[in-house]
Amino acid sequence: MSVFATPGTGGSTIEVKSRYPHYIGGEWVDPIKGGYFENISPVTGKAFTEIARGTEEDVNAALDAAHAAAPAWGRTSPAERANILNKIADRMEANLEDLAVIETWDNGKAVRETLNADIPLAVDHFRYFAGAVRAQEGGISEIDESTYAYHFHEPLGVVGQIIPWNFPILMAVWKLAPALAAGNAVVLKPAEQTPWSILKLLELVGDLLPAGVVNVVNGFGVEAGKPLASSNRIAKIAFTGETTTGRLIMQYASQNIIPVTLELGGKSPNIFFEDVAAADDAFYDKALEGFTMFALNQGEVCTCPSRALVQQSIFSDFVGDAVKRVEAIKQGNPLDTDTMMGAQASNDQLEKILSYLDIGKQEGAKVLTGGDRAYLDGDLAEGYYVQPTVFEGDNSMRIFQEEIFGPVVSLTSFNDEADALKIANDTLYGLGAGVWTRDGSRAFRAGREIQAGRVWTNCYHAYPAHAAFGGYKQSGIGRENHKMMLDHYQQTKNLLVSYSPDKLGFF
Amino acid sequence: MVDRVDVTPEAADLVRRLTVAHGPVMFHQSGGCCDGSSPMCYPDGEFMLGDADVHLGDLDVGAGRPVQVWMSKAQFEYWKHTHLTIDVVRGRGAGFSLEAPEGVRFLIRSRLFTDEESAALNA
Repeated sequence: MSVFATPGTGGSTIEVKSRYPHYIGGEWVDPIKGGYFENISPVTGKAFTEIARGTEEDVNAALDAAHAAAPAWGRTSPAERANILNKIADRMEANLEDLAVIETWDNGKAVRETLNADIPLAVDHFRYFAGAVRAQEGGISEIDESTYAYHFHEPLGVVGQIIPWNFPILMAVWKLAPALAAGNAVVLKPAEQTPWSILKLLELVGDLLPAGVVNVVNGFGVEAGKPLASSNRIAKIAFTGETTTGRLIMQYASQNIIPVTLELGGKSPNIFFEDVAAADDAFYDKALEGFTMFALNQGEVCTCPSRALVQQSIFSDFVGDAVKRVEAIKQGNPLDTDTMMGAQASNDQLEKILSYLDIGKQEGAKVLTGGDRAYLDGDLAEGYYVQPTVFEGDNSMRIFQEEIFGPVVSLTSFNDEADALKIANDTLYGLGAGVWTRDGSRAFRAGREIQAGRVWTNCYHAYPAHAAFGGYKQSGIGRENHKMMLDHYQQTKNLLVSYSPDKLGFF
Repeated sequence: MVDRVDVTPEAADLVRRLTVAHGPVMFHQSGGCCDGSSPMCYPDGEFMLGDADVHLGDLDVGAGRPVQVWMSKAQFEYWKHTHLTIDVVRGRGAGFSLEAPEGVRFLIRSRLFTDEESAALNA
């Protein structure tokens, strides 16, 4: 076991300044109206620094800087851009431990996750898009023997990106890496719950990019996010969040006729067929871990496997074993490498989860374990902790239909494959799903029938670059985490060229 | 007449203050990830409503005119058996909702409709 020192204290290698301005045009720039807001660590529930409270004036300054930088950046060769992305990745990797602790302090998640998932995945993401853009080719279409269509990729120019608070650095990198690889300049607004870690990342790697290529404006959604999303000076907006704001962003985009990519969440089914329990072996053990994956990142994952569907014939024994696995989750100081589940990201998130625990109980769902707030000792007493919770109930209950975004799984049984698929698809969303079976044909059939963009088959919560990630139904538009995201950040220029000296003869 | 939606005194007070600062406001109940499942408060007319939405009711908060509360029709199908109360808690951030800079966040509290209420609503 090791416990990392609190950032900004004597034992820590991580500096915490008293306040952090915006990052615009390669400089640290005070907000034009001068406002700052407190940034709270969910680990303790206490403020630890101040962050610039951006307004439309700051967004415009960032857009000025981005527009100044975009033409030259867009003309760099793919090799130059790829080299810069690789250098960013290398520097992040060299500072992986510090970045992991920074992310844990800002977001509240357990440091074993930031050390082994968030930051290594972010590093790999830059490398993936560095490779993808170098390998990208345009196209040549032979229309006839003297007429050719050349297709070139061009950057869009300046794009806006609004980042969620559940994986602040990783979600920023999912959006930054393809945008930068494609040659765009970016104005990025982090979530107001987690504004600090992205600034620490820019402190570390900002000098590797030409000034103005990446600009970060912090602040509240209504004051800084809305002026960015509704600006007529962005060529595209990318957003991860929820449905009402997603609709509002599409509405703004419609006024400027620009494309959007949206990732709006889910209520992902995790299906366990009876053959999972055919032997008490390594695979059965893996399936139990797969069930428990709802607690990863305290359940604050758009693809949280928050509906567990277990076949009736194995229900009692499997659920008994699964609940034991859940009860083995170790909560504690998120900066302790032995801690398995950390703090929820904010007080309002905590309150929302508690409101769902309440409605779940009211609707008659049975609490198999957990079901309440968790109170930790000492400095953590005011942190935002929830017990990992297993509810047993029915798919029509609200806890089965809404994204609680907490460590809460809603469990039900099914009779056969058709029943499982009916329950799985009875949801507004279609982002993720899990299928667990020893029968390859059944896995394939079920995976194809589930209306979701990502079906983990005999695994869950893996997010490797090169596997497309995005939603069906109300879960959004676009596919991240894959080279196809380059298309979302590029224009297609077609040169249609005639090599014939002969006129058409029309005029 | 059974109301589908209500507001706590603390939330009503906040709505009144937001109305002074921003003009008349409305709510649209969100779904999905991050700040999903939260009621979003916007200036009236900011959010485009349409056939995909259901008008849950009006809140009388003493702000001059009733405050409309809406939800998408698809989401309503899964929520319609519950009564909703808009409350407010300490917190921050939720899309572009107006209250976030005040250091507070609107939150939905829910209860099941009684059999009598359900019968009246379905009549």
